[in-house]
Amino acid sequence: MSGDDNPLFQLFWTFALISLFAVGGAVAAIPELHRVAVDVRHWMTDKQFADAFALSQLSPGPNVLIVALIGYSVAGVGGAAAATIAMCGPTAILSYVVSRWLANARDLRWPAMLQAALVPLSIGLMAASTWVLGVASDQTWRAFALTVMAAVVASLTRLNPLWLLAAGGCLGFAGLL
Amino acid sequence: MTSEIAPAASSAADIAKTPPSLRTLFFAFAKMSLSGFGGVLVFARRAIVDEHRWMTAEEFNETFALCHFLPGPNIVNLAMVFGARLRGIPGGIAAFAGLLVPPMLLITALAALYDRAGQADTLRQGLAGVSCAAVGLLASVVFRMMSPLLKKGDVVGLVVMAGVFVAIGLVRLPLQEVLLAAVPLSLAVTYAKTYAKTRWAR
Repeated sequence: MSGDDNPLFQLFWTFALISLFAVGGAVAAIPELHRVAVDVRHWMTDKQFADAFALSQLSPGPNVLIVALIGYSVAGVGGAAAATIAMCGPTAILSYVVSRWLANARDLRWPAMLQAALVPLSIGLMAASTWVLGVASDQTWRAFALTVMAAVVASLTRLNPLWLLAAGGCLGFAGLL
Repeated sequence: MTSEIAPAASSAADIAKTPPSLRTLFFAFAKMSLSGFGGVLVFARRAIVDEHRWMTAEEFNETFALCHFLPGPNIVNLAMVFGARLRGIPGGIAAFAGLLVPPMLLITALAALYDRAGQADTLRQGLAGVSCAAVGLLASVVFRMMSPLLKKGDVVGLVVMAGVFVAIGLVRLPLQEVLLAAVPLSLAVTYAKTYAKTRWAR
């Protein structure tokens, strides 16, 4: 598979495989996306990955669209489409099959135990995402201070997150970071 | 048709009787997706439960819980399962496409712009500022999700969480290997805990 030269196939297999292990959603898969795209395949630099994350947060739609940006950097528009379909298609089909199966066995309640077991895992994965993206983004102490400020404000207030992103963008634009 | 006139109370009787057309599904999901800055879930709940009354709040939570604990992007799974519930597999595809295609075109256009202008220093600096703030937002989500574990004093949960963080974030082990070890382990420990509790209760 990895020996295949066609970048679209490479993208497809890579993301389809990652998606099947993406417990806790797209954000929890970020460390693995970073590991594969930056460290293993060398599709992007650390900085480009951080920029892709910023772009995916700035634009509307599901967070999973960061894979479209990774795909685009490898193979243009076709790469973006291949990456998105690979990351979303197989698991959507799996969800459909499982939901049908559960609907047929209605008395079988969704086990709370599975939830209790998986929640700590997905929090650990999201904490790892924060760490990986933080290492890529916070190159100066001022940048780090901005991250801490944003975390505090977002935790203590119900301010729309877009304002924080915009404030970060303005500070960066003004060359203050 | 009472749902047209009835006020915001959402009981099972209020749920729309006729399933929406494929077109309606596509555009409804496109709309939620394009208004969803920083996550689509809130908008999906509002549109599906409050605006269109396609599901009760309880059904929505149940469907979301299912999609949350299956692998893959949750909201995309939800669109597929939900669309298929209303209109069969074509409905699932319509919702899936509505959710993904319009924002994907938008983000691809942004990517093209970035390729052209990404070398401009001011733009790069602006984007760097955005990503710093976005990391902070992510940290706040992690704190919020962690607080129930801390409040309950769930030591096992916290240890599992810390273990995954170290393995994936610091050591940078492959996700597959970590999960193949961590999921069975976490399940076994949770099972043992519930079993011990019920035995004590007797």
